[in-house]
Amino acid sequence: MREVELLIIGSGPAGLCAAISAAESGARVLILERTFKPGGQLIKQTHMFFGSESQYASHRGVDIAGILMKKVEEFGDKIEIMLNATAVGFYEDNVVTVLKDEKEYFKIKAESIICATGAFEKSLAFPNNDLPGIYGAGAVQTLMNVYGVQPGNRVLMVGAGNIGVIVSYQLMQAGIEVAAVLDAAPRIGAYLVHASKLARMGVPILTSHTVKEAIGTDCLEAAVVCEVDDKFRPIPGTEKRYDVDVLCISVGLSPLNELLAMRGVEMKYVPQLSGSVPMRTENCETSIPGIFVAGDASGIEEASSAMAEGYLAGLCAAAKLGHVPADFEQRRQEYLKQLDGLRSGPVGDRIRAGMSVSRL
Amino acid sequence: MFEKTGVATREMVMTKFPSVERINKGPVAVVECYQKIPCNPCQTACPFGAISIGEDINNIPERDEGVCTGCGMCVAKCPGLSIMIVDGSKSAETVEFRIPYEFLPLPEAGEEVIGLDRAGRPICDAKVIRVMNPPSFDRTPVITLEVAREYLYDFRNFRRK
Ligand SMILES: Cc1cc2nc3c(=O)[nH]c(=O)nc-3n(C[C@H](O)[C@H](O)[C@H](O)COP(=O)(O)OP(=O)(O)OC[C@H]3O[C@@H](n4cnc5c(N)ncnc54)[C@H](O)[C@@H]3O)c2cc1C
Ligand code: SF4
Ligand code: SF4
Repeated sequence: MREVELLIIGSGPAGLCAAISAAESGARVLILERTFKPGGQLIKQTHMFFGSESQYASHRGVDIAGILMKKVEEFGDKIEIMLNATAVGFYEDNVVTVLKDEKEYFKIKAESIICATGAFEKSLAFPNNDLPGIYGAGAVQTLMNVYGVQPGNRVLMVGAGNIGVIVSYQLMQAGIEVAAVLDAAPRIGAYLVHASKLARMGVPILTSHTVKEAIGTDCLEAAVVCEVDDKFRPIPGTEKRYDVDVLCISVGLSPLNELLAMRGVEMKYVPQLSGSVPMRTENCETSIPGIFVAGDASGIEEASSAMAEGYLAGLCAAAKLGHVPADFEQRRQEYLKQLDGLRSGPVGDRIRAGMSVSRL
Repeated sequence: MFEKTGVATREMVMTKFPSVERINKGPVAVVECYQKIPCNPCQTACPFGAISIGEDINNIPERDEGVCTGCGMCVAKCPGLSIMIVDGSKSAETVEFRIPYEFLPLPEAGEEVIGLDRAGRPICDAKVIRVMNPPSFDRTPVITLEVAREYLYDFRNFRRK
Protein backbone atom coordinates (compact mmCIF):
# COMPACT_ATOMS: atom_id res chain seq x y z
CA MET A 1 0.00 0.00 0.00
CA ARG A 2 1.30 3.40 -0.99
CA GLU A 3 1.69 5.93 1.84
CA VAL A 4 1.57 9.68 1.27
CA GLU A 5 1.81 12.72 3.48
CA LEU A 6 -1.05 14.81 2.07
CA LEU A 7 -3.63 13.41 -0.34
CA ILE A 8 -5.83 15.82 -2.28
CA ILE A 9 -8.86 14.40 -4.05
CA GLY A 10 -9.81 16.50 -7.08
CA SER A 11 -7.72 18.85 -9.24
CA GLY A 12 -10.17 21.73 -9.72
CA PRO A 13 -9.20 25.22 -8.56
CA ALA A 14 -9.68 24.20 -4.91
CA GLY A 15 -7.48 21.10 -5.19
CA LEU A 16 -4.73 22.81 -7.21
CA CYS A 17 -4.54 25.80 -4.87
CA ALA A 18 -4.52 23.49 -1.84
CA ALA A 19 -1.60 21.60 -3.38
CA ILE A 20 0.35 24.77 -4.20
CA SER A 21 -0.15 26.18 -0.74
CA ALA A 22 0.76 22.92 1.07
CA ALA A 23 3.83 22.37 -1.12
CA GLU A 24 4.94 25.95 -0.50
CA SER A 25 4.96 25.12 3.21
CA GLY A 26 7.01 22.00 2.52
CA ALA A 27 4.43 19.19 2.46
CA ARG A 28 4.58 16.36 -0.07
CA VAL A 29 1.34 16.09 -1.99
CA LEU A 30 -0.42 13.54 -4.18
CA ILE A 31 -3.45 14.75 -6.16
CA LEU A 32 -5.99 12.27 -7.50
CA GLU A 33 -8.02 13.36 -10.52
CA ARG A 34 -10.66 11.15 -12.08
CA THR A 35 -10.56 12.75 -15.54
CA PHE A 36 -7.70 12.87 -18.03
CA LYS A 37 -6.94 16.54 -17.49
CA PRO A 38 -6.37 18.65 -14.38
CA GLY A 39 -8.34 21.85 -13.77
CA GLY A 40 -11.86 20.70 -12.89
CA GLN A 41 -14.61 23.02 -14.12
CA LEU A 42 -12.04 25.61 -15.19
CA ILE A 43 -10.98 23.81 -18.36
CA LYS A 44 -14.51 24.25 -19.77
CA GLN A 45 -14.82 27.95 -19.04
CA THR A 46 -13.97 30.09 -22.05
CA HIS A 47 -15.48 33.28 -20.58
CA MET A 48 -13.76 35.87 -18.42
CA PHE A 49 -14.21 35.41 -14.68
CA PHE A 50 -15.42 37.87 -12.11
CA GLY A 51 -13.69 38.60 -8.85
CA SER A 52 -10.59 40.56 -7.99
CA GLU A 53 -7.01 40.39 -9.18
CA SER A 54 -5.96 37.97 -6.46
CA GLN A 55 -8.38 35.45 -7.99
CA TYR A 56 -7.33 36.22 -11.59
CA ALA A 57 -10.48 38.19 -12.44
CA SER A 58 -11.03 38.99 -16.12
CA HIS A 59 -8.92 35.96 -17.09
CA ARG A 60 -10.74 33.16 -18.86
CA GLY A 61 -11.37 30.09 -16.71
CA VAL A 62 -9.34 27.83 -18.98
CA ASP A 63 -6.38 30.20 -18.71
CA ILE A 64 -6.66 30.24 -14.91
CA ALA A 65 -6.28 26.45 -15.00
CA GLY A 66 -3.08 27.00 -17.02
CA ILE A 67 -1.73 29.56 -14.53
CA LEU A 68 -2.42 27.22 -11.59
CA MET A 69 -0.88 24.21 -13.37
CA LYS A 70 2.27 26.22 -14.05
CA LYS A 71 2.58 26.91 -10.34
CA VAL A 72 1.96 23.24 -9.59
CA GLU A 73 4.77 22.32 -12.00
CA GLU A 74 7.14 24.68 -10.20
CA PHE A 75 6.69 22.39 -7.21
CA GLY A 76 7.33 19.31 -9.32
CA ASP A 77 9.46 17.71 -6.61
CA LYS A 78 6.68 18.07 -4.06
CA ILE A 79 3.43 17.63 -6.01
CA GLU A 80 2.44 14.57 -8.02
CA ILE A 81 -0.80 14.45 -10.02
CA MET A 82 -2.32 11.08 -10.82
CA LEU A 83 -4.83 11.36 -13.70
CA ASN A 84 -7.66 8.98 -14.61
CA ALA A 85 -7.62 8.03 -10.94
CA THR A 86 -10.94 8.04 -9.08
CA ALA A 87 -11.11 7.87 -5.31
CA VAL A 88 -13.93 5.38 -4.71
CA GLY A 89 -13.69 4.62 -1.00
CA PHE A 90 -12.51 6.38 2.14
CA TYR A 91 -12.03 4.30 5.28
CA GLU A 92 -11.47 4.79 9.01
CA ASP A 93 -7.70 4.39 8.96
CA ASN A 94 -7.43 7.16 6.32
CA VAL A 95 -7.11 4.61 3.57
CA VAL A 96 -8.49 5.74 0.23
CA THR A 97 -9.19 3.17 -2.47
CA VAL A 98 -8.46 4.23 -6.01
CA LEU A 99 -9.59 2.99 -9.41
CA LYS A 100 -7.01 3.94 -12.03
CA ASP A 101 -7.55 3.77 -15.79
CA GLU A 102 -10.65 1.74 -15.03
CA LYS A 103 -8.55 -1.35 -14.46
CA GLU A 104 -6.08 -0.99 -11.56
CA TYR A 105 -7.55 -0.91 -8.06
CA PHE A 106 -5.31 -0.05 -5.12
CA LYS A 107 -5.09 1.58 -1.69
CA ILE A 108 -3.42 4.78 -0.60
CA LYS A 109 -2.91 5.69 3.04
CA ALA A 110 -2.54 9.37 3.86
CA GLU A 111 -1.57 11.28 6.98
CA SER A 112 -3.90 14.11 5.99
CA ILE A 113 -6.56 14.45 3.29
CA ILE A 114 -8.22 17.37 1.53
CA CYS A 115 -11.45 16.58 -0.27
CA ALA A 116 -11.85 18.95 -3.24
CA THR A 117 -14.21 16.88 -5.36
CA GLY A 118 -16.41 19.73 -6.59
CA ALA A 119 -20.07 19.25 -7.44
CA PHE A 120 -22.61 17.28 -9.45
CA GLU A 121 -25.50 18.58 -11.51
CA LYS A 122 -29.10 18.40 -10.36
CA SER A 123 -31.64 17.01 -12.79
CA LEU A 124 -35.23 17.84 -13.58
CA ALA A 125 -38.22 15.49 -13.80
CA PHE A 126 -40.57 15.80 -16.79
CA PRO A 127 -42.06 13.32 -19.27
CA ASN A 128 -39.48 11.89 -21.70
CA ASN A 129 -36.53 13.51 -19.94
CA ASP A 130 -34.40 10.52 -20.96
CA LEU A 131 -34.55 11.19 -24.72
CA PRO A 132 -31.18 11.52 -26.44
CA GLY A 133 -30.57 15.24 -26.95
CA ILE A 134 -31.39 16.13 -23.36
CA TYR A 135 -28.15 17.01 -21.60
CA GLY A 136 -26.90 18.58 -18.42
CA ALA A 137 -25.11 21.88 -18.99
CA GLY A 138 -21.84 20.28 -17.86
CA ALA A 139 -22.09 17.63 -20.57
CA VAL A 140 -22.78 20.25 -23.22
CA GLN A 141 -19.74 22.21 -22.09
CA THR A 142 -17.55 19.12 -22.01
CA LEU A 143 -18.58 18.11 -25.53
CA MET A 144 -18.17 21.59 -26.89
CA ASN A 145 -15.17 23.01 -25.04
CA VAL A 146 -13.14 19.92 -24.16
CA TYR A 147 -13.79 17.63 -27.13
CA GLY A 148 -14.81 20.18 -29.77
CA VAL A 149 -18.04 18.31 -30.58
CA GLN A 150 -21.21 20.19 -31.49
CA PRO A 151 -24.03 18.93 -29.23
CA GLY A 152 -26.79 19.86 -31.71
CA ASN A 153 -28.15 22.65 -33.87
CA ARG A 154 -30.84 24.40 -31.85
CA VAL A 155 -30.90 24.51 -28.07
CA LEU A 156 -33.47 25.31 -25.43
CA MET A 157 -31.75 26.13 -22.14
CA VAL A 158 -33.51 25.35 -18.88
CA GLY A 159 -32.13 27.47 -16.04
CA ALA A 160 -31.20 31.15 -16.03
CA GLY A 161 -28.57 30.93 -13.32
CA ASN A 162 -24.96 31.83 -14.11
CA ILE A 163 -24.25 28.43 -15.63
CA GLY A 164 -27.33 28.37 -17.89
CA VAL A 165 -26.68 31.85 -19.14
CA ILE A 166 -22.93 31.38 -19.63
CA VAL A 167 -23.31 28.05 -21.42
CA SER A 168 -25.94 29.63 -23.69
CA TYR A 169 -23.48 32.37 -24.59
CA GLN A 170 -20.76 29.79 -25.29
CA LEU A 171 -23.17 27.82 -27.48
CA MET A 172 -23.83 30.96 -29.53
CA GLN A 173 -20.10 31.59 -29.81
CA ALA A 174 -19.81 28.09 -31.23
CA GLY A 175 -22.40 29.02 -33.86
CA ILE A 176 -25.27 27.06 -32.31
CA GLU A 177 -28.70 28.67 -32.12
CA VAL A 178 -30.20 29.21 -28.66
CA ALA A 179 -33.98 29.38 -28.99
CA ALA A 180 -34.63 30.68 -25.47
CA VAL A 181 -33.50 30.41 -21.86
CA LEU A 182 -36.20 29.62 -19.34
CA ASP A 183 -36.39 29.52 -15.58
CA ALA A 184 -39.19 28.68 -13.17
CA ALA A 185 -38.08 31.45 -10.83
CA PRO A 186 -39.67 34.87 -11.30
CA ARG A 187 -36.22 36.49 -11.58
CA ILE A 188 -33.00 35.75 -13.43
CA GLY A 189 -30.57 34.08 -11.04
CA ALA A 190 -27.45 34.83 -13.08
CA TYR A 191 -25.38 37.96 -12.69
CA LEU A 192 -27.38 40.42 -14.76
CA VAL A 193 -24.38 41.50 -16.83
CA HIS A 194 -24.16 37.91 -18.10
CA ALA A 195 -27.91 37.84 -18.82
CA SER A 196 -27.69 41.14 -20.70
CA LYS A 197 -25.00 39.69 -23.00
CA LEU A 198 -27.52 37.09 -24.14
CA ALA A 199 -30.47 39.47 -24.25
CA ARG A 200 -28.69 41.79 -26.66
CA MET A 201 -27.98 38.85 -28.95
CA GLY A 202 -31.74 38.51 -29.22
CA VAL A 203 -32.15 35.43 -27.02
CA PRO A 204 -35.36 35.67 -24.98
CA ILE A 205 -35.02 34.92 -21.28
CA LEU A 206 -38.34 33.56 -20.04
CA THR A 207 -38.72 33.71 -16.27
CA SER A 208 -41.66 31.95 -14.54
CA HIS A 209 -41.50 29.22 -17.22
CA THR A 210 -40.84 25.50 -17.00
CA VAL A 211 -40.55 22.45 -19.27
CA LYS A 212 -43.78 20.51 -19.49
CA GLU A 213 -42.59 17.66 -21.64
CA ALA A 214 -40.08 16.57 -24.21
CA ILE A 215 -41.29 15.20 -27.54
CA GLY A 216 -39.52 12.72 -29.82
CA THR A 217 -39.33 9.08 -30.78
CA ASP A 218 -35.66 8.17 -31.22
CA CYS A 219 -34.30 11.49 -30.06
CA LEU A 220 -35.48 14.92 -28.99
CA GLU A 221 -37.57 16.72 -31.63
CA ALA A 222 -39.32 19.40 -29.60
CA ALA A 223 -40.02 20.63 -26.11
CA VAL A 224 -43.22 22.03 -24.69
CA VAL A 225 -42.84 24.79 -22.12
CA CYS A 226 -45.44 26.59 -20.05
CA GLU A 227 -45.73 29.45 -17.62
CA VAL A 228 -45.87 28.84 -13.89
CA ASP A 229 -47.64 30.85 -11.19
CA ASP A 230 -46.03 32.19 -8.04
CA LYS A 231 -46.29 28.75 -6.44
CA PHE A 232 -44.52 27.17 -9.43
CA ARG A 233 -47.76 25.47 -10.61
CA PRO A 234 -48.10 25.23 -14.42
CA ILE A 235 -50.69 27.63 -15.82
CA PRO A 236 -52.96 25.71 -18.24
CA GLY A 237 -53.26 27.18 -21.72
CA THR A 238 -49.82 28.82 -21.70
CA GLU A 239 -48.05 25.96 -23.48
CA LYS A 240 -45.55 26.81 -26.21
CA ARG A 241 -43.69 24.39 -28.43
CA TYR A 242 -40.02 24.81 -29.37
CA ASP A 243 -38.61 22.67 -32.16
CA VAL A 244 -35.17 21.94 -30.79
CA ASP A 245 -32.74 19.03 -30.94
CA VAL A 246 -31.05 19.88 -27.64
CA LEU A 247 -32.58 20.56 -24.27
CA CYS A 248 -29.90 21.67 -21.86
CA ILE A 249 -30.72 21.31 -18.18
CA SER A 250 -28.95 23.73 -15.87
CA VAL A 251 -30.95 23.79 -12.67
CA GLY A 252 -28.11 23.93 -10.20
CA LEU A 253 -25.33 21.94 -8.63
CA SER A 254 -25.02 19.98 -5.40
CA PRO A 255 -21.81 19.45 -3.44
CA LEU A 256 -20.13 16.13 -4.27
CA ASN A 257 -18.79 14.73 -1.02
CA GLU A 258 -20.03 11.19 -0.39
CA LEU A 259 -16.44 10.20 0.32
CA LEU A 260 -16.47 12.37 3.44
CA ALA A 261 -19.82 10.96 4.52
CA MET A 262 -18.42 7.46 4.02
CA ARG A 263 -15.44 8.30 6.24
CA GLY A 264 -17.89 9.33 8.97
CA VAL A 265 -17.35 13.08 8.92
CA GLU A 266 -20.23 15.00 10.50
CA MET A 267 -22.52 16.15 7.67
CA LYS A 268 -25.49 18.50 7.56
CA TYR A 269 -28.07 19.38 4.93
CA VAL A 270 -27.72 23.11 4.30
CA PRO A 271 -30.06 24.41 1.57
CA GLN A 272 -28.11 27.68 1.19
CA LEU A 273 -25.02 25.66 0.25
CA SER A 274 -27.12 23.53 -2.15
CA GLY A 275 -26.99 20.17 -0.39
CA SER A 276 -25.43 18.02 2.25
CA VAL A 277 -22.10 19.47 3.40
CA PRO A 278 -19.46 18.58 6.00
CA MET A 279 -19.39 20.65 9.18
CA ARG A 280 -16.00 22.38 9.31
CA THR A 281 -13.88 24.89 11.16
CA GLU A 282 -12.85 28.29 9.89
CA ASN A 283 -9.71 26.52 8.61
CA CYS A 284 -11.76 24.10 6.43
CA GLU A 285 -11.09 21.16 8.79
CA THR A 286 -13.95 18.69 9.21
CA SER A 287 -15.09 17.00 12.42
CA ILE A 288 -12.30 14.44 11.97
CA PRO A 289 -8.89 16.06 12.61
CA GLY A 290 -6.59 16.06 9.60
CA ILE A 291 -9.45 15.76 7.10
CA PHE A 292 -10.21 18.96 5.24
CA VAL A 293 -12.68 20.10 2.60
CA ALA A 294 -12.44 22.94 0.08
CA GLY A 295 -14.33 24.37 -2.88
CA ASP A 296 -17.73 23.34 -4.20
CA ALA A 297 -17.54 20.07 -2.21
CA SER A 298 -18.14 22.18 0.89
CA GLY A 299 -20.97 24.25 -0.62
CA ILE A 300 -21.67 25.62 -4.11
CA GLU A 301 -19.87 28.90 -4.66
CA GLU A 302 -17.43 30.14 -7.24
CA ALA A 303 -13.93 29.42 -8.48
CA SER A 304 -12.74 32.55 -6.73
CA SER A 305 -13.80 31.25 -3.32
CA ALA A 306 -12.74 27.69 -4.21
CA MET A 307 -9.19 28.99 -4.79
CA ALA A 308 -9.11 30.96 -1.53
CA GLU A 309 -10.48 27.97 0.39
CA GLY A 310 -7.97 25.71 -1.33
CA TYR A 311 -5.04 27.92 -0.33
CA LEU A 312 -6.38 28.07 3.23
CA ALA A 313 -6.98 24.32 3.51
CA GLY A 314 -3.54 23.53 2.04
CA LEU A 315 -1.84 25.94 4.43
CA CYS A 316 -3.64 24.57 7.48
CA ALA A 317 -3.34 20.90 6.50
CA ALA A 318 0.42 21.33 5.98
CA ALA A 319 0.72 23.14 9.32
CA LYS A 320 -0.97 20.23 11.10
CA LEU A 321 1.60 17.94 9.51
CA GLY A 322 4.34 20.06 11.05
CA HIS A 323 5.11 22.35 8.09
CA VAL A 324 4.43 25.75 9.61
CA PRO A 325 5.78 28.64 7.54
CA ALA A 326 7.03 31.76 9.36
CA ASP A 327 4.17 33.84 7.95
CA PHE A 328 1.49 31.23 8.72
CA GLU A 329 -0.87 33.47 10.66
CA GLN A 330 -0.48 36.36 8.21
CA ARG A 331 -1.35 34.11 5.27
CA ARG A 332 -4.23 32.48 7.09
CA GLN A 333 -5.72 35.89 7.84
CA GLU A 334 -5.19 36.98 4.22
CA TYR A 335 -7.19 34.02 2.85
CA LEU A 336 -9.94 34.52 5.44
CA LYS A 337 -10.12 38.16 4.44
CA GLN A 338 -10.38 37.25 0.74
CA LEU A 339 -13.23 34.86 1.53
CA ASP A 340 -15.03 37.45 3.63
CA GLY A 341 -14.72 39.97 0.81
CA LEU A 342 -16.09 37.58 -1.81
CA ARG A 343 -19.04 36.65 0.40
CA SER A 344 -19.78 40.13 1.67
CA GLY A 345 -22.23 41.49 -0.92
CA PRO A 346 -25.91 40.79 -1.51
CA VAL A 347 -25.13 37.77 -3.71
CA GLY A 348 -23.15 36.42 -0.76
CA ASP A 349 -26.13 36.59 1.66
CA ARG A 350 -27.08 33.00 0.99
CA ILE A 351 -23.50 31.74 1.36
CA ARG A 352 -22.99 33.61 4.63
CA ALA A 353 -26.19 32.13 6.00
CA GLY A 354 -25.04 28.65 4.94
CA MET A 355 -21.58 29.14 6.42
CA SER A 356 -22.94 30.19 9.78
CA VAL A 357 -24.84 26.91 10.24
CA SER A 358 -22.10 24.61 8.95
CA ARG A 359 -19.30 25.90 11.18
CA LEU A 360 -17.76 23.73 13.87
CA MET B 1 -38.33 44.19 -15.73
CA PHE B 2 -34.54 44.11 -15.90
CA GLU B 3 -34.40 41.20 -13.45
CA LYS B 4 -36.85 39.23 -15.59
CA THR B 5 -35.43 39.87 -19.05
CA GLY B 6 -31.85 41.08 -18.68
CA VAL B 7 -32.82 44.15 -20.73
CA ALA B 8 -32.14 47.42 -18.90
CA THR B 9 -34.89 50.06 -19.13
CA ARG B 10 -34.27 53.44 -20.76
CA GLU B 11 -34.30 55.09 -17.31
CA MET B 12 -31.60 52.74 -16.06
CA VAL B 13 -29.49 53.25 -19.17
CA MET B 14 -29.77 57.04 -18.83
CA THR B 15 -28.30 56.93 -15.32
CA LYS B 16 -25.12 55.41 -16.75
CA PHE B 17 -24.68 57.81 -19.67
CA PRO B 18 -22.44 60.85 -19.39
CA SER B 19 -23.87 64.24 -20.31
CA VAL B 20 -24.31 65.07 -23.98
CA GLU B 21 -21.75 67.91 -23.58
CA ARG B 22 -19.21 65.37 -22.37
CA ILE B 23 -20.03 62.95 -25.18
CA ASN B 24 -19.60 65.76 -27.72
CA LYS B 25 -16.16 66.59 -26.33
CA GLY B 26 -14.75 63.16 -27.14
CA PRO B 27 -14.74 59.48 -26.20
CA VAL B 28 -16.02 58.49 -22.78
CA ALA B 29 -16.94 55.20 -21.10
CA VAL B 30 -20.50 54.05 -20.34
CA VAL B 31 -20.35 51.44 -17.57
CA GLU B 32 -23.60 49.50 -17.59
CA CYS B 33 -23.17 47.57 -14.38
CA TYR B 34 -26.31 47.75 -12.25
CA GLN B 35 -25.99 44.97 -9.71
CA LYS B 36 -23.79 44.52 -6.66
CA ILE B 37 -21.49 41.63 -7.55
CA PRO B 38 -18.01 40.74 -6.29
CA CYS B 39 -16.06 42.12 -9.24
CA ASN B 40 -13.60 44.95 -9.89
CA PRO B 41 -11.34 44.54 -12.97
CA CYS B 42 -12.77 47.76 -14.48
CA GLN B 43 -11.32 49.73 -11.58
CA THR B 44 -7.98 47.93 -11.81
CA ALA B 45 -7.81 48.32 -15.61
CA CYS B 46 -8.30 52.07 -15.71
CA PRO B 47 -4.91 53.82 -15.93
CA PHE B 48 -6.49 57.17 -14.99
CA GLY B 49 -8.40 56.15 -11.89
CA ALA B 50 -11.67 57.15 -13.54
CA ILE B 51 -13.61 54.11 -12.29
CA SER B 52 -14.01 53.62 -8.58
CA ILE B 53 -15.48 50.70 -6.72
CA GLY B 54 -13.75 51.24 -3.41
CA GLU B 55 -12.88 48.92 -0.54
CA ASP B 56 -15.96 46.71 -0.88
CA ILE B 57 -15.53 44.73 -4.09
CA ASN B 58 -19.32 44.38 -4.30
CA ASN B 59 -19.92 48.09 -4.87
CA ILE B 60 -21.29 49.28 -8.18
CA PRO B 61 -18.57 50.97 -10.26
CA GLU B 62 -18.75 54.75 -10.62
CA ARG B 63 -17.14 56.37 -13.64
CA ASP B 64 -16.08 60.00 -13.35
CA GLU B 65 -16.86 61.62 -16.72
CA GLY B 66 -14.42 64.42 -15.99
CA VAL B 67 -11.52 62.04 -15.45
CA CYS B 68 -12.33 59.40 -18.09
CA THR B 69 -10.31 59.92 -21.27
CA GLY B 70 -12.20 57.32 -23.29
CA CYS B 71 -8.96 55.40 -23.77
CA GLY B 72 -10.94 52.15 -23.84
CA MET B 73 -8.57 50.10 -21.66
CA CYS B 74 -11.48 48.94 -19.49
CA VAL B 75 -13.68 47.66 -22.34
CA ALA B 76 -12.03 44.32 -23.03
CA LYS B 77 -11.22 43.77 -19.34
CA CYS B 78 -14.80 43.75 -18.08
CA PRO B 79 -15.96 40.12 -17.72
CA GLY B 80 -19.56 41.33 -17.93
CA LEU B 81 -18.85 43.02 -21.30
CA SER B 82 -20.85 45.86 -19.81
CA ILE B 83 -18.59 48.75 -20.82
CA MET B 84 -18.68 50.64 -24.11
CA ILE B 85 -17.17 53.91 -25.30
CA VAL B 86 -19.28 56.62 -26.91
CA ASP B 87 -17.83 59.52 -28.86
CA GLY B 88 -19.91 62.38 -30.23
CA SER B 89 -17.03 64.62 -31.26
CA LYS B 90 -16.68 63.34 -34.82
CA SER B 91 -19.87 64.68 -36.39
CA ALA B 92 -23.19 66.30 -35.51
CA GLU B 93 -25.20 63.54 -37.15
CA THR B 94 -23.48 60.43 -35.87
CA VAL B 95 -21.87 58.93 -32.78
CA GLU B 96 -19.09 56.41 -32.64
CA PHE B 97 -19.45 53.43 -30.36
CA ARG B 98 -16.69 51.07 -29.28
CA ILE B 99 -18.20 47.80 -28.11
CA PRO B 100 -16.77 44.41 -27.11
CA TYR B 101 -17.74 41.61 -29.50
CA GLU B 102 -16.75 37.97 -28.93
CA PHE B 103 -18.13 36.27 -32.05
CA LEU B 104 -16.48 34.92 -35.17
CA PRO B 105 -16.16 35.75 -37.97
CA LEU B 106 -15.27 39.33 -37.05
CA PRO B 107 -16.63 42.09 -39.27
CA GLU B 108 -14.29 44.12 -41.43
CA ALA B 109 -13.66 47.85 -41.44
CA GLY B 110 -16.07 49.57 -43.81
CA GLU B 111 -18.68 46.81 -43.53
CA GLU B 112 -22.35 47.79 -43.22
CA VAL B 113 -24.02 45.90 -40.38
CA ILE B 114 -27.38 45.85 -38.60
CA GLY B 115 -27.52 47.81 -35.35
CA LEU B 116 -29.30 46.06 -32.46
CA ASP B 117 -30.74 47.37 -29.22
CA ARG B 118 -30.41 45.89 -25.72
CA ALA B 119 -33.01 43.23 -26.52
CA GLY B 120 -31.21 42.25 -29.72
CA ARG B 121 -33.88 43.86 -31.93
CA PRO B 122 -32.70 45.41 -35.22
CA ILE B 123 -33.06 49.19 -34.94
CA CYS B 124 -30.70 50.88 -37.38
CA ASP B 125 -27.88 50.64 -39.86
CA ALA B 126 -24.34 50.82 -38.55
CA LYS B 127 -20.96 51.04 -40.20
CA VAL B 128 -17.87 49.31 -38.91
CA ILE B 129 -15.01 51.81 -38.61
CA ARG B 130 -12.33 49.72 -36.94
CA VAL B 131 -11.75 46.23 -35.54
CA MET B 132 -9.25 46.00 -32.69
CA ASN B 133 -8.06 42.62 -31.49
CA PRO B 134 -4.55 42.97 -30.05
CA PRO B 135 -3.13 40.27 -27.73
CA SER B 136 -3.62 42.63 -24.77
CA PHE B 137 -7.40 42.41 -25.29
CA ASP B 138 -7.11 38.66 -24.68
CA ARG B 139 -9.63 37.53 -27.31
CA THR B 140 -12.25 40.15 -26.59
CA PRO B 141 -12.19 42.16 -29.82
CA VAL B 142 -13.45 45.75 -29.67
CA ILE B 143 -15.37 47.05 -32.67
CA THR B 144 -15.81 50.74 -33.49
CA LEU B 145 -19.08 51.52 -35.24
CA GLU B 146 -20.70 54.65 -36.59
CA VAL B 147 -24.39 55.06 -35.85
CA ALA B 148 -26.94 57.85 -36.38
CA ARG B 149 -27.20 60.05 -33.29
CA GLU B 150 -30.86 59.34 -32.63
CA TYR B 151 -29.88 55.81 -31.57
CA LEU B 152 -27.39 57.02 -28.93
CA TYR B 153 -29.33 55.51 -26.04
CA ASP B 154 -30.65 52.44 -27.87
CA PHE B 155 -27.79 51.03 -29.91
CA ARG B 156 -25.86 48.34 -28.00
CA ASN B 157 -24.92 45.52 -30.38
CA PHE B 158 -24.77 44.58 -34.05
CA ARG B 159 -25.26 41.68 -36.39
CA ARG B 160 -23.52 41.06 -39.69
CA LYS B 161 -25.80 41.14 -42.73
C1 LIG C 1 -20.61 27.15 -16.76
C2 LIG C 1 -19.89 27.56 -15.51
C3 LIG C 1 -19.44 28.87 -15.40
C4 LIG C 1 -18.75 29.29 -14.26
N1 LIG C 1 -18.32 30.58 -14.21
C5 LIG C 1 -17.61 31.01 -13.12
C6 LIG C 1 -17.10 32.33 -13.06
O1 LIG C 1 -17.28 33.14 -13.99
N2 LIG C 1 -16.42 32.70 -11.98
C7 LIG C 1 -16.18 31.84 -10.95
O2 LIG C 1 -15.52 32.23 -9.98
N3 LIG C 1 -16.66 30.58 -10.97
C8 LIG C 1 -17.38 30.15 -12.03
N4 LIG C 1 -17.88 28.87 -12.07
C9 LIG C 1 -17.77 28.04 -10.87
C10 LIG C 1 -16.47 27.32 -10.76
O3 LIG C 1 -16.13 26.67 -11.95
C11 LIG C 1 -16.56 26.33 -9.62
O4 LIG C 1 -17.08 26.95 -8.47
C12 LIG C 1 -15.19 25.80 -9.28
O5 LIG C 1 -14.64 25.11 -10.39
C13 LIG C 1 -15.22 24.87 -8.08
O6 LIG C 1 -13.92 24.39 -7.88
P1 LIG C 1 -13.64 23.01 -7.17
O7 LIG C 1 -12.18 22.81 -7.24
O8 LIG C 1 -14.30 23.01 -5.86
O9 LIG C 1 -14.42 21.91 -8.03
P2 LIG C 1 -14.28 21.45 -9.58
O10 LIG C 1 -13.74 22.52 -10.43
O11 LIG C 1 -15.57 20.85 -9.91
O12 LIG C 1 -13.17 20.31 -9.49
C14 LIG C 1 -13.39 19.08 -8.85
C15 LIG C 1 -12.47 18.06 -9.45
O13 LIG C 1 -12.51 16.87 -8.67
C16 LIG C 1 -12.53 15.75 -9.51
N5 LIG C 1 -13.13 14.64 -8.76
C17 LIG C 1 -14.40 14.57 -8.26
N6 LIG C 1 -14.59 13.41 -7.59
C18 LIG C 1 -13.42 12.74 -7.65
C19 LIG C 1 -12.99 11.48 -7.15
N7 LIG C 1 -13.80 10.71 -6.45
N8 LIG C 1 -11.72 11.09 -7.41
C20 LIG C 1 -10.88 11.89 -8.12
N9 LIG C 1 -11.24 13.08 -8.62
C21 LIG C 1 -12.49 13.51 -8.39
C22 LIG C 1 -13.35 16.20 -10.69
O14 LIG C 1 -13.10 15.42 -11.84
C23 LIG C 1 -12.86 17.65 -10.86
O15 LIG C 1 -11.75 17.73 -11.71
C24 LIG C 1 -18.55 28.40 -13.21
C25 LIG C 1 -19.00 27.07 -13.31
C26 LIG C 1 -19.64 26.64 -14.44
C27 LIG C 1 -20.11 25.21 -14.54
S1 SF4 D 1 -12.15 54.52 -21.04
FE1 SF4 D 1 -10.06 54.61 -20.18
S2 SF4 D 1 -10.12 56.38 -18.82
FE2 SF4 D 1 -12.25 55.87 -19.25
S3 SF4 D 1 -12.85 54.51 -17.59
FE3 SF4 D 1 -12.15 53.18 -19.24
S4 SF4 D 1 -9.98 52.83 -18.83
FE4 SF4 D 1 -10.61 54.58 -17.58
S1 SF4 E 1 -15.52 44.78 -14.46
FE1 SF4 E 1 -17.50 44.97 -15.51
S2 SF4 E 1 -18.86 43.53 -14.47
FE2 SF4 E 1 -17.07 43.83 -13.13
S3 SF4 E 1 -17.70 45.48 -11.75
FE3 SF4 E 1 -16.61 46.45 -13.47
S4 SF4 E 1 -18.23 46.97 -14.91
FE4 SF4 E 1 -19.14 45.51 -13.47
